[in-house]
Amino acid sequence: MSADAPGLIVTANIEDGDGFYDELLHAHEGLDEAASHALNARLVLVLCNHVGDRTVLTDALAVARAASRTEQDA
Amino acid sequence: MLEARYETALKLYPYARVAEQAAAATTRHTVVIVGGGPVGMATALDLARRGTQVLVLDDHDGVGVGSRAICFARRTLDICDRLGCGKRMLDKGVVWNVGRVFHGEGEVFSFDLSPEGGRRNPAFINLQQPYVERFLVERVREEAAAGAPIEIRGCNRVNALSDEGDHVSLEVDTPEGSYRLEADWLIACDGARSPVRGFMGLGFEGRVFEDNFLIADVKMKAPFPTERWFWFEPAFEGAGQSALLHRQPDDIWRIDFQLGWDIDREAELAEDKVRARVDAMLGPDVEYELEWTSIYTFQCRRMDTFRANRVLFAGDSAHQVSPFGARGANSGIQDADNLAWKLDLVVRGLAPESLLDSYSAERSHGADENILASTRATDFLTPKSAASRLFRDAVLALARENAFARPLINSGRLSVPCVYDELPLNGDDALVGGPAGTRVGASCPDAPIGDGYLLAGLGDDFTLLTIDAEASEGFVDDGIRVTPFAVSTADDRSGTLAARYLGEASSAVYLIRPDQHVAARWSTFDETAVKQALRIATGRATA
Repeated sequence: MSADAPGLIVTANIEDGDGFYDELLHAHEGLDEAASHALNARLVLVLCNHVGDRTVLTDALAVARAASRTEQDA
Repeated sequence: MLEARYETALKLYPYARVAEQAAAATTRHTVVIVGGGPVGMATALDLARRGTQVLVLDDHDGVGVGSRAICFARRTLDICDRLGCGKRMLDKGVVWNVGRVFHGEGEVFSFDLSPEGGRRNPAFINLQQPYVERFLVERVREEAAAGAPIEIRGCNRVNALSDEGDHVSLEVDTPEGSYRLEADWLIACDGARSPVRGFMGLGFEGRVFEDNFLIADVKMKAPFPTERWFWFEPAFEGAGQSALLHRQPDDIWRIDFQLGWDIDREAELAEDKVRARVDAMLGPDVEYELEWTSIYTFQCRRMDTFRANRVLFAGDSAHQVSPFGARGANSGIQDADNLAWKLDLVVRGLAPESLLDSYSAERSHGADENILASTRATDFLTPKSAASRLFRDAVLALARENAFARPLINSGRLSVPCVYDELPLNGDDALVGGPAGTRVGASCPDAPIGDGYLLAGLGDDFTLLTIDAEASEGFVDDGIRVTPFAVSTADDRSGTLAARYLGEASSAVYLIRPDQHVAARWSTFDETAVKQALRIATGRATA
């Protein structure tokens, strides 16, 4: 990553976090598990495209994957 | 005794007895090519045009039935133009530029492959492989009639082979028994199941894709446009997970159905079963004849190295990919193009044998690119896990309304020319502001020049292309000829030549290899630099 490129933001960055979380859950309301997974997959693609920066995407995948390992270890 | 493994549609080179079969002494040939398919014939033609003696052995007497490879890329047409049969292919072929992708009932998006012009050849033509083989054999006959040292022996099957260090010894079976011959060099163009590879005990490991595809070539007068149509999860019954419809010459249409892994091949090939599928796709009122049907599976794999001392491997014998992307035959022709000039220089003692290792390095780099593209396409077409399917379906669902998702849809990334980045034959890339598309290692893109095209001006030798730069007279360096070719941006008012070859530079000098790849480039001519680049490009010096 070059010094001037903004890397993956790993500090709290969402304004009104509780409101966002509520909206995320609402988007899944009434969906069965498969439809919920499908919505998440579409959401991931929309957001990844918005980010665009390949380094940030790679770092984001690593952060998400590391949390999954922690979950499995616990 | 020799028995045919398959039916031939065209007897292009029927068996004929040669004096060698009865001779007491064994004859030594300069180059023996095993396999008379497109790759073997193109390599043989290229070598013979350069004056190197070549003998093609094929275990049949002509071209097998079935369309097989049908999609030939611009790079292949450019190479075949140099060999003298590009125009025959273009005249017979069906030119197409538009592809459409469907999911279920609806169209997801379409693409156009040639938004930019200024090239002699289209992005792709569809043409049945037997036509390509026939045109190459016609060229072989023409060159032989004009004195080129080339011979084709049909129904001559290699039965045994041994590497004798400074030559290869062969036993060849014919309808009248076997005979022995020797070759200074042997090129195995004998296909994915390469018997030569087997005789030498060389490995061919890779990834097997557990899927079966049904090909049906149908002959019909139908109002479908000349486009590539690809369906994910087609709505028509029995089509399987994906389907493809693509036009060939002679009112023939290629249809592919993805059938899955656990199938009964015999049952699926029964005519009524094939017809039921085709009827569901085309609609009940379309009349057609079934021309050819076949079921294929595929692997993505390559040999570790394409050279084993005096034996070289080219085409499917060296590497195999899935058919999505038309990267099989097209990459094989690029192998031929890469190998012929190098082997010719080695045979004539003008370059060291190590030049042939660059053939393996460059073309295995190409094979890796093709295997990667093909593996990714296959993973999109046939998701192997729940997550893989989830994202594939998410991409397809988004793509209809959201343009950003369309580039992620992968129904095969179509063959593009390989760029030999960072490989040992590359010389200076010293054209400041030069376009990336013509960087060292790239194959030369075409451009308009006056009433013609740039690539038509590149011959079989090394070329020194100068654009608004001091014109060299050309030279011969230790027997290797460099032919000058001076052009000016004034020759192309469209600005295409400048855009593709100058970029931000005001003049350029390109050293171009016989296979039309850029060996080195500068802004002005410097004889010492050009000669050094020539030595690097011919394996006589290292960068």
